[in-house]
Amino acid sequence: MPIRVQTEDFDLSAEVARLRAGDARVGAVVSFIGTVRDINDGASVAEMELEHYPEMTEKALEDIVVQAKARWDIFDALVIHRVGPLKPQDQIVLAAVTSAHRGEAFAACEFIMDYLKTQAPFWKKEQTPQGARWVDARTADDHALAKWNAASGKAEKDA
Amino acid sequence: MNIQLRFFASVREALGSSNESVMLPAHVRTVGDVRDFLRERGGMWAETLAEGRALRMAYNHQMTEPATPITEGCEVAFFPPVTGG
Repeated sequence: MPIRVQTEDFDLSAEVARLRAGDARVGAVVSFIGTVRDINDGASVAEMELEHYPEMTEKALEDIVVQAKARWDIFDALVIHRVGPLKPQDQIVLAAVTSAHRGEAFAACEFIMDYLKTQAPFWKKEQTPQGARWVDARTADDHALAKWNAASGKAEKDA
Repeated sequence: MNIQLRFFASVREALGSSNESVMLPAHVRTVGDVRDFLRERGGMWAETLAEGRALRMAYNHQMTEPATPITEGCEVAFFPPVTGG
């Protein structure tokens, strides 16, 4: 269950290769990468600064992966989140999940991202032509979380 | 009781403080009480920690609710809703 918070960029191929190395049970790998957009809420973004709560972050991410493992038959999961200054097109986050079949891996990967968006202590600050501003949390993210709270893992599995 | 306070993101900027050690009077017993106590400082404290303001709290590095009891030497953090990913 590798969890990493880092300023450096990451390489999807290398990370996924490491995650599935030597595990012949793996029949599916689902990964998600979040990247910095050049426009947000109608303003162009020149740079984005990611702040976090260092003593809490990795534990919060580990808790999310533990919950995903309890809900779906997945083998392993990886979460890498970058902090510090980032530019448009830069990679921010990677979530990757291995399982025997794709349904479990897709669901678990989406679950990890939905929980990360609302439960992991990261904050984004954008530099725009109008000055710096903190990104507001989106109610859509809370709705995504509510969906998982309403659904049981078993129901998702059977879907 | 003595506890550690941490502030992050827009809350940190508004308060001009990222951490503080604070001695609390006996009636301050929960994370919510700490928020009320700090609001009594007035000014930006009253505004930033105002009731109804979207604010998340953590107790010893776990997201928590206002009713959580505090303990000697614990760390209580205040921050806005998170926006990672």
